[in-house]
Amino acid sequence: MTFRKYLVLAGVTVFAAAGDTLLSHGMKQAGSISLHHLQGLVLALLNPWVAVGILLLLAFFASYMNALSWADLTYVLPATSLGYVLLALVAKFALHEQVSPMRWLGIALISGGVGFVAGGPALTAHGHGDGTKSSLVAESEPDVSTVSQGAER
Amino acid sequence: MKHLYTWSGILIVVFFSVVGDILIARAMKQVGDVHALLRRSGIWTVVGRVLSNSNFFLGVAAMAVAFFSLLFALSWGDVSLVAPAAASLTFIGNAFAAKIFLHEKVDRRRWIAAMLVAAGVALLAG
Repeated sequence: MTFRKYLVLAGVTVFAAAGDTLLSHGMKQAGSISLHHLQGLVLALLNPWVAVGILLLLAFFASYMNALSWADLTYVLPATSLGYVLLALVAKFALHEQVSPMRWLGIALISGGVGFVAGGPALTAHGHGDGTKSSLVAESEPDVSTVSQGAER
Repeated sequence: MKHLYTWSGILIVVFFSVVGDILIARAMKQVGDVHALLRRSGIWTVVGRVLSNSNFFLGVAAMAVAFFSLLFALSWGDVSLVAPAAASLTFIGNAFAAKIFLHEKVDRRRWIAAMLVAAGVALLAG
């Protein structure tokens, strides 16, 4: 794991949380949209909060795909869930909202889960795809045969 | 009866989210380590490889279906049930699917993490 890769994971967390927040703020200003009033959707896109929110979610998706190119899905997903923690902390310390004990428990559980995964290797998968990555996984595990022997528990 | 609708909605959302995540993850593994590719051959090689990957488009399509089924599920059931249940079950579903379809080594450490995160998201997303 290089510093750049940690930056990408941080991007996954921050862009998801910020994008969702701006989008939901903007959609509340834009009002409700139904199948019968699709012109409302176009108006919503003109709302600056919605537009910036969509840009941030595109940035999220780019970092998510970047992360998935060198790490397992089960390694990257907990990072996306850190966004919920970030939102709760922003609500508490920037917006001075009440955060209930149940939500603090949720924060603790997610942080614990992320800590569990972050302590292990980022990439464990092999033997699928079209082989283009085989030369690129220098930091990965030993070869398939040794792993499968080690995995027999 | 309302419960049945709500929970089938949730399961449909979870199913398509998991399918989308798995396909995107597989597509990006086929593309290869983006950092190494960028160093060697630049951004357009990366873009070209992503856009010529069929798993990528199938994954995006599955995610779009998941998004719209979430909108429908939200209109059938309470937001405070549907949103956290769908988000949380997606983490569990992804752990199973990553093990089966992506051959990731989901060891005890990662199972515990998936459970903790799913429980935490269920508490926070509500």
